[in-house]
Amino acid sequence: MAPDTRADAVPAGTPTKVTQGSQSRGGIGESTLRPDGTLKVTGEFAYSSDMWHEDMLWGQTLRSTVAHAEIRSIDISEALAVPGVHAVLTYDDLPTDTRNYGLEIQDTPVLAHRKVRHHGEPVALVAADHPETARRAAAKIRIDYAELPLITDEASATAPGAVLVHEGRDDHHIGHVPHPNIVHRQPIVRGDVARARERADVIVKGEYVFGMQDQAFLGPESGLAVPGEDGGVDLYVATQWLHSDLRQIAPVLGLPEEKVRMTLSGVGGAFGGREDISMQIHACLLALRTGRPVKMVYNRFESFFGHVHRHPAKLSYEHGATRDGKLTHLKCRIVLDGGAYASASPAVVGNASSLSVGPYAVDDVDIEAVALYTNNPPCGAMRGFGAVQACFAYEAQMDRLAAELGMDPVEFRQLNAMEQGTIMPTGQPVDSPAPVAELLRRVKARPLPPERQWETAGGEADVRALPGGLSNTTHGEGVVRGVGYAVGIKNVGFSEGFDDYSTARVRMEVVGGEPVATVHTAMAEVGQGGVTVHAQIARTELGVTRVSIHPADTRVGSAGSTSASRQTYVTGGAVKNSCELVRDKVLEIGRRRFGSHHPAWATAELLLEGGKVVTDAGEVLSDLVDVLQDEAVEVEAEWRHRPTEAFDLRTGQGNGHVQYSFAAHRAVVEVDTELGLVKVVELACAQDVGKALNPLSVVGQIQGGTTQGLGVAVMEEIIVDPRTAKVRNPSFTDYLIPTILDTPTIPVDVLELADEHAPYGLRGIGEAPTLSSTPAVLAAIRDATGLELNRTPVRPEHLTGT
Amino acid sequence: MTMRVNFTVNGRQQQADDVWEGESLLYVLRERLGLPGSKNACEQGECGSCTVRLDGVPVCSCLVAAGQVEGRDVVTVEGLADFARQRAEHGHGGRQRAEHGHGGCATGACGTPLQEARRWSAGGTDSQTGEGAELSPVQQAFIDAGAVQCGFCTPGLLVAADELLERNASPSDADIREALSGNLCRCTGYEKILDAVRLAAARQGEAV
Amino acid sequence: MDFLRPASWEEALAAKAEHPAAVPIAGGTDIMVEINFDHRRPEHLLDLNRITELSEWEVGGESVRLGASVPYTRIMEDLRTELPGLALASHTVASPQIRNRGGVGGNLGTASPAGDAHPALLAAGAEVEAESVRGSRLIPIDAFYTGVKRNALAPDELIRAVHVKKADGPQQYAKVGTRNAMVIAVCAFGIALHPGTRTVRTGIGSAAPTPVRAEAAEEFLSAALEEGGCWDSGGAITPSVAKRFAELASGACNPIDDVRGTARYRRHAVGIMARRTLGWTWEQYRRSGRTLEGAA
Repeated sequence: MAPDTRADAVPAGTPTKVTQGSQSRGGIGESTLRPDGTLKVTGEFAYSSDMWHEDMLWGQTLRSTVAHAEIRSIDISEALAVPGVHAVLTYDDLPTDTRNYGLEIQDTPVLAHRKVRHHGEPVALVAADHPETARRAAAKIRIDYAELPLITDEASATAPGAVLVHEGRDDHHIGHVPHPNIVHRQPIVRGDVARARERADVIVKGEYVFGMQDQAFLGPESGLAVPGEDGGVDLYVATQWLHSDLRQIAPVLGLPEEKVRMTLSGVGGAFGGREDISMQIHACLLALRTGRPVKMVYNRFESFFGHVHRHPAKLSYEHGATRDGKLTHLKCRIVLDGGAYASASPAVVGNASSLSVGPYAVDDVDIEAVALYTNNPPCGAMRGFGAVQACFAYEAQMDRLAAELGMDPVEFRQLNAMEQGTIMPTGQPVDSPAPVAELLRRVKARPLPPERQWETAGGEADVRALPGGLSNTTHGEGVVRGVGYAVGIKNVGFSEGFDDYSTARVRMEVVGGEPVATVHTAMAEVGQGGVTVHAQIARTELGVTRVSIHPADTRVGSAGSTSASRQTYVTGGAVKNSCELVRDKVLEIGRRRFGSHHPAWATAELLLEGGKVVTDAGEVLSDLVDVLQDEAVEVEAEWRHRPTEAFDLRTGQGNGHVQYSFAAHRAVVEVDTELGLVKVVELACAQDVGKALNPLSVVGQIQGGTTQGLGVAVMEEIIVDPRTAKVRNPSFTDYLIPTILDTPTIPVDVLELADEHAPYGLRGIGEAPTLSSTPAVLAAIRDATGLELNRTPVRPEHLTGT
Repeated sequence: MTMRVNFTVNGRQQQADDVWEGESLLYVLRERLGLPGSKNACEQGECGSCTVRLDGVPVCSCLVAAGQVEGRDVVTVEGLADFARQRAEHGHGGRQRAEHGHGGCATGACGTPLQEARRWSAGGTDSQTGEGAELSPVQQAFIDAGAVQCGFCTPGLLVAADELLERNASPSDADIREALSGNLCRCTGYEKILDAVRLAAARQGEAV
Repeated sequence: MDFLRPASWEEALAAKAEHPAAVPIAGGTDIMVEINFDHRRPEHLLDLNRITELSEWEVGGESVRLGASVPYTRIMEDLRTELPGLALASHTVASPQIRNRGGVGGNLGTASPAGDAHPALLAAGAEVEAESVRGSRLIPIDAFYTGVKRNALAPDELIRAVHVKKADGPQQYAKVGTRNAMVIAVCAFGIALHPGTRTVRTGIGSAAPTPVRAEAAEEFLSAALEEGGCWDSGGAITPSVAKRFAELASGACNPIDDVRGTARYRRHAVGIMARRTLGWTWEQYRRSGRTLEGAA
């Protein structure tokens, strides 16, 4: 289809193909630069909130002001009468019988139906000619709520006669959960804990609490829906998985999927928070109703209600160990608060349970993880996904066990560290390198930052390097240093039998006298650098320097989600696979054209390098330009990693995971013990990445993940009032994320031990650094203060007993 | 009630009509003038992603009422390369630039024409080979150092970092941290941002 | 909403007289947040940016007449000698971008107990110059804060300037936040030694419905210093005096539990900050016996 060039046909901000050359080979293993880098530093890169269309309307969501209530009535008449308002929609306006959506369980109403289940649930929509008009109109919608009893924790969820958050559940988990207010339960039982416990010389029990963390991506939920002449809709949006959105959107609109044409707009960070639908369906509904393009942009307040958060958790752990430092057994119970809707809760339960032992070899385990339905904010995917909460608890346990045994905490961990061949609690063998002990050795071997690092050459205190920073609370008084260690394990890719695949369309042709590869996938580039890596893979496999990255959209097959540290593995694998298929076809053309010129065309292993067809001995057979001439070679193919299995619902046994990722941290902190303020001085990380396809990006991911872990250690928490289930701090004034003055130097040590099952031997890397960062900081604070600190984030109150 | 606002953006005289009194400078730039480079991450002055120079001073454009910029001079990330180039050529840029910018609103159809507004969607210069792009030293350093991931914080950081290096050609790490403490980044952990500012300072030092 | 753009101070006063409910906007760092988040829709916004004299200051013999809109950046860079406590407080305000726009007039107008400038103004001693078409008056800072986010301004008055006493001794300021930059005060403490009058003044932020002074602590300390002849001898403050001062400062708090911190913590932290800032100022006094710049 030829592009329509009329000024009004394509909205401003529509992504275009980005073409990148290279002065070097620019293949895998090199730190090539982002192809979208120039656009991003000039302000020209169009994010979803930058989309603009002539005559567009602004969409506004009206959200519930109470957490759990029956909706007795909704009166929209006053709102509709506001000049400039083009539509007001409620549940009754939904066009089809599909009125719910959800990643796994379709339990989430597009708009609330007779009931709201959490604070900030969408109830009505407005489209108007200016955002202020839309806001004023939304404020005129009258909703009569009759409040219902609140379910806010496990006790209230499972109490006799507890109100059900969802009545009449018919999802596939209801059959095995002990209560309808439990979304999913996964036990894992292996070995004989009772007998193993008898061998233990020490037993350590702990109760841990993990606060609710927000992804706090900077680009708010936003997008533009443009109604099409065919009755369909074009949607430009920031998401993590276009095709998953599409599957949920189309049935609600009553449109076939091909009439909902989705294009990925610029994504301002994601971290799991864009795995669920936010404004997608709402914008489409308003656009189809009004016949006008509709833009929706959440502000920061609404963003805190517009996406799921990391599950807060309560974790009960019991470990035993022998006097010589070997773990005997583990009993644990992990209770995750899933909030009002299921989102990714079942998969988070699977991760929390199967990774609850951590990167340690323990044969005898009794594990249970559950996710609750409550009237708290819905929780789902966030970087680390279930493994984060568990790591916080088991690493605290490791320190306590080591202390109990009088051992060095790193040596104790190394003594119990898993390695290749270790059997997971699920019975699955770890079949690729697991350098847990080595990672710990590396962070420990690093020299410590100098004592009193906050002192200037003149002996003065630089407050910027002290706890409290610019607020000038200490010039060294009360400041005590502490050092702590932690290590973690994260699965890579979608687990538990999910058909986890990706699709890549690769085209090779001669443009301007030069062979150019075009890579088209539906992969959501959310900042991780997938587009950089795709260009590198194409160069390595196809011997070109110039690569075009096509915008991600639903005109190509699914790439799966940009989550679970999976995209370089899975979509990278798909790009590699499609490149190989393109290469085969190119060689076929070459043989057809030139096969008779040189016997090596038939006999040798042929490669594409430096724009030429060469033999594995390095002999040049032809220029690619001459082989291709005016032919274009294009392949679209799906690619899958090794299949996985579901976990048994009673025993938790099963080969559920594809790959693991390991990182270790050493945190050095200085704590103002009187005021309870913390300065993290250094947060060193060592991580095995299998193969660093782009070392610069790898280090950037590790430092970014580490910092998010730091955030939830010392400041980040969504505070929900237990009496009202309402969020108390939905703003960047009171939900604090680390500034550059809170973030220490983060030296990174990258190991590359290949996983032979993965493309290029690579390991997914994005999440592992988020796991161990938090417990390392907590361990360092404990070291400095001698306090037990079983809760994260740590607040000044916890450090000062106030 | 709505109002008209006239001011200079990146050396070009601009006029915005039908502005609601509660609109911020950020909204006017993004939605009325086709300059969405300044970002809308928090709209409460806590993240710095909307940082622009207002009469040369870095401010959060989300907290400047549109009516307050009447007659004033604004530089956004879209004009940063030009601003830095003119500064390098003529000493300080700032207000003087307005006079020899792109001229006034010749057509009378003020605000950015649609064609102009759409320019930003059709970029495509090459970050790796540098083909087709003219960047300020700070912009180039951000690309080279890997300081850009999702990039949403980048425009504000660039404006702030450029202004830091204008004031202080060789800042210490603590100086960089303090100067950028009003700009949140959620992706990078800031290490590569520090690298980028150090790199830009070093290159600037070599060039002098 | 209507956007009023007076070109002069007289025009601004006239506009405020005509529309007493008009909300003044200068740096915009409070009011624009409220507008962006739909918390407030005033009938009239009164822009003060065009009134250049609000951004100017005059250093007099006794005090500094600080224009209401002088940005915090200027205070921390240019007034460190005259107003060391306020300069330190200015350095803790939000971010560089906010400090470039916000000024003390905004803090006073909003009168939030969490405003960073208040403890420094209380400690230094200051008067708020309020003006209306009816005339001008000076409101002592001790009488300015009348309730939670309420002040002594009449509806038709605007803040022209604040007259802050020039430092005649060391001053300090400390603020607790749960982040190392860009943070709203959980609580804050300011102290100023006034060797000229042999008094000590203090200010506490975010630990009571309004900014307050710790008067009992001030009186106790002034008496203890007098008794020990410390002003003349420069003798050390004993730990027991410092401890008592901290306890009394803590006792001056009347805080609440909120999302930023508990009341108990606030009391505790104010005590710690009182003790530390007393130590810093007294050390400065002993070393030099005269006014020192704050380390802003």
